[in-house]
Amino acid sequence: MIAIIDYGVGNLYSLSSSFKSIGADTVVTGDPEIIRKAEKLILPGVGAFRDAAEKLRATGLDKIIIEETAKGKPLLGICLGMQMLFEKSFEYGEYEGLGMIPGSVVPMKGVIPDDLKVPHIGWNGLIFPENKEKSKIFKYLNEGDHMYFVHSYFATDCDEYVSSKTEYGALLTASAEKGNVFGVQFHPEKSGEKGLSILRAFCEL
Amino acid sequence: MITKRIIPCLDVKDGRVVKGVNFLGLADVSSPVKLAQFYSENGADELVFYDITASSDGRKLFTEILTEVASKIFIPLTVGGGINTVDDLDRVLKCGADKVSVNSGAIKNPDLISEAAKKYGDQCVVLSADVKRVDGKFTLFAKGGRENTGIDAIEWIKRGAANGAGEIVVNSIDTDGVKNGFDLEMLEAVCNVVNVPVIASGGAGGIDHFKTLFKALPKVDAGLAASIFHFGEVSIKDLKNELCYDGINVRR
Repeated sequence: MIAIIDYGVGNLYSLSSSFKSIGADTVVTGDPEIIRKAEKLILPGVGAFRDAAEKLRATGLDKIIIEETAKGKPLLGICLGMQMLFEKSFEYGEYEGLGMIPGSVVPMKGVIPDDLKVPHIGWNGLIFPENKEKSKIFKYLNEGDHMYFVHSYFATDCDEYVSSKTEYGALLTASAEKGNVFGVQFHPEKSGEKGLSILRAFCEL
Repeated sequence: MITKRIIPCLDVKDGRVVKGVNFLGLADVSSPVKLAQFYSENGADELVFYDITASSDGRKLFTEILTEVASKIFIPLTVGGGINTVDDLDRVLKCGADKVSVNSGAIKNPDLISEAAKKYGDQCVVLSADVKRVDGKFTLFAKGGRENTGIDAIEWIKRGAANGAGEIVVNSIDTDGVKNGFDLEMLEAVCNVVNVPVIASGGAGGIDHFKTLFKALPKVDAGLAASIFHFGEVSIKDLKNELCYDGINVRR
């Protein structure tokens, strides 16, 4: 069973529908007991980093996630959920993340050319790093496959852990992973068949 | 590189897609759920759903259909029609919409955009503007294009983006239904004043119109159309192949 962690941010309906469509057994929950029993964890998130990180700490789920993944349980962070896997974020201040992947989250403004629109909204292609084995969660993908992005911040100083980038005036981190902890900046649940194939590959880990 | 988006638009009334649909190989083509699934599986980059039902009974039906659609498609879904309050936004987002399109509701209450953007984020709020030339000026219309507001449309859109609208849909009343191409002049005027994605709507009659749109106005992010897709005059797959052949970056 896969637990989609509900800590009060965002709508988890499409995420749970997308897992349902690939036949995965998922539960949307904020219950520590169920999260401990789950085989795999999904950390979703929309909105602002600070609010989300505060909510995760207020519910005490931050510690449970860290403990459970330390045992080797696979975790997939999506969008803001991915950003929270890093050490810190500089979204409207400086805030601490879960620190599961070294690196920090910074605004793309100032990094990408001024004439490009922020947020980066739309379908963009994945670029896999050279001399690195393809991520296990991308086993059904080819380089260049498009994913749906909606974000204004991106993870940086995490080169060693980057599993794909995307080009938007600059090369931005599209996904990162460290051991059993995976994060994707884009929305696999909104990225058509290719996106669903990532969820499928994660279920098969 | 980010791709240009192709967006079919479904007008839903009394539980059915109106404007008629004429696909080959699809049995119940005016079922919004089946049509949405068809588009989702056949290359659409996003879907727009408009609730054009007036009665509250219709609204309940629409909510049910929306929930079903959202559970079956795995591309972004924008919902509009009858969005007057933040509670209306809340209602459709809970059904699984990713973005909400506001139009007349924002004209009645311009604070709606900033309130919604604060609560759900800019990326969630789409400002849809129905625009028509009146005495040579781009003028904003309300109530599905029936009422002249007298408001300067370009100023209105500029202010909407500044207040937190994350995307702008420009519906040209002048070119809508004419199938003679998108309103490039109007779209350019909008692109010059905003730095958020602009979605062109009104006038698509064939593949060449999309080519002209994206070539003439590189700042336009997406093309939206209804009948040419519903009637099968243009398949999204063919459209994307042709665009790609012409060097326009699309998702395939």
